[in-house]
Amino acid sequence: MPERSKPSLQSKHSSHFARIERARRKPGRVQGPCVDLAHGGGGKAMRDLIDDVIVSAFGTDRQSLQDDQARIALAPLMATGDRLAFTTDSYVVTPLFFPGSDIGKLAVNGTVNDLAVSGAKPMYLSCGLVIEEGLSLEILRRVVGSMAEAAQAAGVTIVTGDTKVVPRGQCDQLFINTAGIGVIPTERNPHAQGILPGDVLLVNGTLGDHAAAILLARGELQLESAITSDCAALHGLIDSVCGEVDVHAMRDITRGGLSAVLNELAMASEVGLVVDETALPVRADVRGLCELLGFDPVHMANEGKLVMAVAAADAQRALALMRAHPLGQDSAIIGVARDNLPGMVTLQTALGERILDMLVGEPVPRIC
Amino acid sequence: MCLGIPGQVVAIVDEPKLLGLVDVGGVRRVINLSLVRDEQQPLATLVGLWVLIHVGFAMSRIDEAEAQRTLTLLAELGELTEQELAELADQPRAELHHEAEHAADAASDQERSR
Amino acid sequence: MKHVDEFRDKALGERLFARIAALVPRAQRRLGRLPVSRGGQPIKLMEVCGGHTHTIFKYGLVGLLPEDLELVHGPGCPVCVLPIGRVDMAIELARMPGAVLCTFGDALRVPGSELSLLQVKAQGADVRTVYSPADALTFAQHHPEREVIFFGLGFETTAPSTALVVREARALGVPNFSVFSNHITIMPTLRALLESPELSLDGFVGPGHVSMVIGEAPYAPVAEQYGKPLVIAGFEPLDVLQAIVMLLEQLAQGEARIDNQYSRVVPPAGSLLAQAALREVFEPRASFEWRGLGSIPSSGLQLRAAFAQFDAERRFQLHEAQVPDPKACECGKILAGVLQPWDCKVFGTACTPQTPIGACMVSSEGACAAYYNYGRLTTLRQKRSSTRA
Repeated sequence: MPERSKPSLQSKHSSHFARIERARRKPGRVQGPCVDLAHGGGGKAMRDLIDDVIVSAFGTDRQSLQDDQARIALAPLMATGDRLAFTTDSYVVTPLFFPGSDIGKLAVNGTVNDLAVSGAKPMYLSCGLVIEEGLSLEILRRVVGSMAEAAQAAGVTIVTGDTKVVPRGQCDQLFINTAGIGVIPTERNPHAQGILPGDVLLVNGTLGDHAAAILLARGELQLESAITSDCAALHGLIDSVCGEVDVHAMRDITRGGLSAVLNELAMASEVGLVVDETALPVRADVRGLCELLGFDPVHMANEGKLVMAVAAADAQRALALMRAHPLGQDSAIIGVARDNLPGMVTLQTALGERILDMLVGEPVPRIC
Repeated sequence: MCLGIPGQVVAIVDEPKLLGLVDVGGVRRVINLSLVRDEQQPLATLVGLWVLIHVGFAMSRIDEAEAQRTLTLLAELGELTEQELAELADQPRAELHHEAEHAADAASDQERSR
Repeated sequence: MKHVDEFRDKALGERLFARIAALVPRAQRRLGRLPVSRGGQPIKLMEVCGGHTHTIFKYGLVGLLPEDLELVHGPGCPVCVLPIGRVDMAIELARMPGAVLCTFGDALRVPGSELSLLQVKAQGADVRTVYSPADALTFAQHHPEREVIFFGLGFETTAPSTALVVREARALGVPNFSVFSNHITIMPTLRALLESPELSLDGFVGPGHVSMVIGEAPYAPVAEQYGKPLVIAGFEPLDVLQAIVMLLEQLAQGEARIDNQYSRVVPPAGSLLAQAALREVFEPRASFEWRGLGSIPSSGLQLRAAFAQFDAERRFQLHEAQVPDPKACECGKILAGVLQPWDCKVFGTACTPQTPIGACMVSSEGACAAYYNYGRLTTLRQKRSSTRA
């Protein structure tokens, strides 16, 4: 009987070797129920976390991920406009999930809005994560999934990012930084110094919703209500207006509320801004919350609202265009710019007139 | 110590602890009702009433009749002034002073006799 | 919003302004005064309560009132009248290891000798804002390992809520809860103002929510002994304007009575249940220090002996230090109605809401904060001096 040739030691090793290599090249699968320090170590555990949780959600091109940076061709950008808009923001909100939104959706829409209010078409985002050791992977997947969904809805791509894991206690569960670039069409130039006396001010809807939703979600004040965050990407609404009207200035209303934005604009443009308090759109339940706690909706944050200034002759058209958009149904004309008292914002109440200044710090519930 | 806001009692949440759910423009909070309760009546009789809320406690029941009376008085105060002013507009200057006093006096007498 | 919006109505407001304009000269004539334009004195009405100061500025009412009517802002702002020494005591409590100091938001940024509660919190002390004293008690029940202290502030409006919470703490036997009481009462303050030689007032807009508790009777001496009218007012702008009309009418007729504009909320006898809770839990202190007004007898409330374990001052053996106000600070005179905010040398420059020197600038209803935040337009139109008696 002829001897069956046994596989040589060499070829046995080489088939094991090939098997291991095949396994090694498969996309990673993250291990464990929560994020641990190894996931931030730059080694295999981190590779698995990125592959399995982040990249798979964002749908980023695997080939482009092999470089340290995203590479974006200039020519298509220059066909869209003549300036790059570039912004960054960090998101540290607690709790991570709240009525109407979450930190992920916020991180995408917030940066999209910061680009969009320059008139830019938002295009690419980066995503930097600082994760506290012990954060559950289920929560991380939910947040990242939410970012992916928001990015898709906004028509932007997350093309690059960074992930760090810090020891327990060194950050509050999850911090996100997003930077974004967009391209500004040549004919658009809304800017803070752009308001002229006689211009009309408009907002696209109700004030203070986001701040109210966060307060409710924190649960410390034990309030019940149907208020939800107004977190939304505004570039579609902005496009519909900028397509027809020359917007002189535009800002999104975030921390500090309408009062902060108007004061900054008044000072930058060196005009006086007069606001009609009775024209400000505010939800009845947000008003109820403000009356109960002693807050003023003009100082409270939004995440899906903007204020714009247009020439008086364009005001009705701008209003109609915003109202026609799903994110602008409660749009309103809220005030005018004038030359006297430049740099100051005044509020015409139902009765007399008063100054509208920014708050020093955060609004706190008061008894007096 | 002045931030008090009207709210409507919509439900009783804990009878022994005298806690109820009060609605302020669509926002609801559990409020202590011990200062507005009538010990002869069950707590549930408060449901539907308007109360003045301060730091989580209902401090007083809002009297609807008095609220209406106040508003009526406010409206009437204004009307008398317009009437006086209309009369005064036709008067020569010298008599204006006397007329104004007389009209205002008459108005106040009328109010006081209510 | 019901019971709110009706009292902010523009058309009714305009009528009230017209009425006030018609009544002011009549009141002056009755008091034997010339108009200001001819070298005479304005009618001076004090709104005692900080909540009224807030309304007056928030709705821009001052700019619409006649020049011959001056509103003097009184000391009814429980945060503004807190002496520095008491703020320091609150900070001392907050710094105790394991302690949690629960406070209303109003007190967070009031400067003590060196720091405010907000700054002490930034340094690591556990200072939490609460909406209600009941929330502080609930927190204590959920955290038996912490010493929870509630910073009790406010006049007779707020003190009954503290009283009810202390009563419940005793009934439930909560061992880790106490109150640092800085509650104060209104009548001793009013007397001190009426006795003050620097101040000459023609009438008072009375504190609506304090009255909701104490009723009308305690104010009787204002009219009977001092001959000044006092009208209890609600906090919406039309309430304040209507109360001013009622005061002017009394002045025009040479009357001095206690009257109640806020009858929809304030029963003549006040709240008997709230008064009973106050009597059960609190007793007047021999005297209490008021920023700017000095020591006023029987004006502060402390917990009775039966509730001693819930009294943070006794429990933690705190001692009150008399800390003088900063030299530049004129809060005292402003609280006493002797100076207007813009008369203070540091107003708007060294002392601003961002960098407050005194409490009048920190509290949202302090005259200086209200004026700075809302009302500084009026200096462009009117220049009033404080040198008028």
